[in-house]
Amino acid sequence: MRDVKEILKDLTWIADNPRACLDEVLAEGKKAVGVMPYYAPEELVYAAGMVPFGLWGADMAVSASRQYFPAFYCGIVHTILELGLTGKLSGLSAVMIPLTCDSLKGMGANWKYGVKTIPIIDVPYAQNRKIEAGKAFTTAKYREILEKLESISGKKATDEDILAAIRLFNENRAACLEFVRLAPKHTDVISALARSRVLKSRTFGDRARHTALVRELNEALAALPECTKGVPVVTTGILADSSELMNILDENGYVIAADQVAYESVELRYPVPEVPADPVSGFAVRLAETEGTSVLYDPGKKRAADLKDLAKEAGAAGVIWVGTKFCDPEEFDYVPVKKVLEEADIPLLTLEVDRQMVNFEQIRTAAEAFKDAVQ
Amino acid sequence: MEEKKPAKIVLRDLQDKIAEDVWEAKRRGEKIGWCASNFPQEITTAMDIKVAYPENMGAAIGAKGGGRRMCEEAEAMGYSNDICSYARMNLAYAAHDDCPEIQIPRPDFLLCCNNICGCMMKWYENLALELDIPLFMIDIPHLTEEVCDTDRIAYIRAQFDDCIAGLEKLTGKKMDWDKFREVMEVSQRSSKAWLRAMDAMKNTPSPFSGFDTFNNMAVACVGRGTEDAAEAFELLADEYEALAAEGKSTFKGEEKYRILFEGIACWANLKFTYKALQSRGINLTSTIYGPAFSFLYQNMDELMAAYAYVPNSYCFEKEVQLRVDSAIRNKVDGAVMHINRSCKRWSGNTYEMERQLREKAGIPTMTFDGDQSDPRVFSEAQYDTRVQALTEIMEANRQSRKEESHA
Repeated sequence: MRDVKEILKDLTWIADNPRACLDEVLAEGKKAVGVMPYYAPEELVYAAGMVPFGLWGADMAVSASRQYFPAFYCGIVHTILELGLTGKLSGLSAVMIPLTCDSLKGMGANWKYGVKTIPIIDVPYAQNRKIEAGKAFTTAKYREILEKLESISGKKATDEDILAAIRLFNENRAACLEFVRLAPKHTDVISALARSRVLKSRTFGDRARHTALVRELNEALAALPECTKGVPVVTTGILADSSELMNILDENGYVIAADQVAYESVELRYPVPEVPADPVSGFAVRLAETEGTSVLYDPGKKRAADLKDLAKEAGAAGVIWVGTKFCDPEEFDYVPVKKVLEEADIPLLTLEVDRQMVNFEQIRTAAEAFKDAVQ
Repeated sequence: MEEKKPAKIVLRDLQDKIAEDVWEAKRRGEKIGWCASNFPQEITTAMDIKVAYPENMGAAIGAKGGGRRMCEEAEAMGYSNDICSYARMNLAYAAHDDCPEIQIPRPDFLLCCNNICGCMMKWYENLALELDIPLFMIDIPHLTEEVCDTDRIAYIRAQFDDCIAGLEKLTGKKMDWDKFREVMEVSQRSSKAWLRAMDAMKNTPSPFSGFDTFNNMAVACVGRGTEDAAEAFELLADEYEALAAEGKSTFKGEEKYRILFEGIACWANLKFTYKALQSRGINLTSTIYGPAFSFLYQNMDELMAAYAYVPNSYCFEKEVQLRVDSAIRNKVDGAVMHINRSCKRWSGNTYEMERQLREKAGIPTMTFDGDQSDPRVFSEAQYDTRVQALTEIMEANRQSRKEESHA
């Protein structure tokens, strides 16, 4: 059995080298499709014989994207577009754009006229996602998406192909969730940064390979004695993959006991149900069941209660709000979430991170002060 | 004998009456709502359910100088200054029930429609929580094709039915489908008359100052399903057409240049944005913001689709086409484009829109930074300098066209 460090090295390499992962896929003669946030049916890409490739932007400065998006747009869409405009995503056969927030709705036209070589597959879906008409609409649109994917790959996806893809991705979710459960019990070997890299790496390259690596990691962790040293916290937000931010959490001895981060556990917690009679309809059911996220219609703000419960169950000393700058769905949720946490006497550290951020000193100071307060 | 009122006064009085009707209903003990501006008004009008419009309130607060104070109240509650200023002001009002510029009655329910932006959905989620009242949301999925397909129509229709059933239960008022069809017909009259009034801008000179659109459009938003509104817009269109026939205009001064104004008005800076143009002889003769509150349909399916064919919900190519057609038809010399800090949905494609407008309509353009109601974002110096630059380009273009025609 390989040790934890060796396995982490593989997973970290994947997370830190997405372009090399894409080149690997292309070198194998496979086609890859970029998948933007949030909750896209990436299994359909796989079922159509291609590889889904996560597009959540990168920590970098932007220049070309400013010709399309105003400066007050979120760093995720800015940097995805920047990567596209500067040829860093060449080789992708298409990009899927879920129309989940106003920024992503703006992405379609900007991509279409800016990155002319990579076609778009829009991903519409119902926000009134729990009613039958909403599920029917989402299912109908996802069937159209599948047809578009099939025309790109040249491979017709059978129901069995779709079910096999759903199974494969659900297995990956389960392995990642097991890792999320194990990580805070092994704080001597799993840092916040390492945790982030393990979860991020799932979006690049072959998902079956990732599942195998994470399972191997889980087995290695389970064989180790437990170590829970540190200040347990729950993170919440859109993404929390900034190396600088993770290093600051590690330097201050924080342990991510659980998360409600869209790029991490929110995506993992809701498997796609297998519906043999109509496999595509499973994605609409998944959307209907997903909670704890600002980009899906949440009239009762279950997100806030979900976060409170998560923090209590994890025995967290506090919650870290990892705000994505210029993300208004998150900014709306912040006020009710803060209120619910205050009523539950759960301390809250509010941070704001941006893909283009270079100075983290304010975050460092806030993280230090919060640790002193909750310890 | 009572003198006939001009249309703009009739519209202003009608707007006041619609607002007062909501207060009256509240006083009578009826359940009243707060409603998104692009929510299908056919439902509430046909059911005789009175609603107030927080977006209109936001515009009014901005125009009356309360924008900064209300935005700062929301920011003190924890709302980022990144959020739409209409939403910020309304959330502050919902929490504190205090606004000297304008008041609307406390709602018993909320009606949301997200066709213009996803922000509406988040805003109304928060309102429902803050006020602890029911929320009905009609989701109109963003259109990426030119035609609203049957899947969308079926989904929107199902939400109509759910919403009506919920409102019947909550208010005790029953939907009368004959009345609904009548409202559809009256709404068509209003919409067509409003579009006819806007179409008068194609005349040279335009018979009215284009900024008047921003004052007159409120009734198109809140009352187009009523007979009074249809008559008021028909009067307005008749007045404009009569002025155009005489070659007259309400625009102050000579109309030297004509522009397309892109985006929501800067309500808090309306006077400045207007004067900087008017003082240079520039009239606004093209905007899709006003006509946006006209919905054309012949039957129920088309009604569902009409709510997807609104600015910011429509596919980009159609959005471009609307503007290019309007710019050409209304003979504009340039475009003034508002990069609206509040409106991510509208601003997200403005730069690409600008490029395509330049190319397809053959006009010079300028952008400026502003906000629909938060005055802190707008810079008078930037706006004025850019308007001056645009004026010089429009003048230079005019001179070269003259020279070409003499050559």
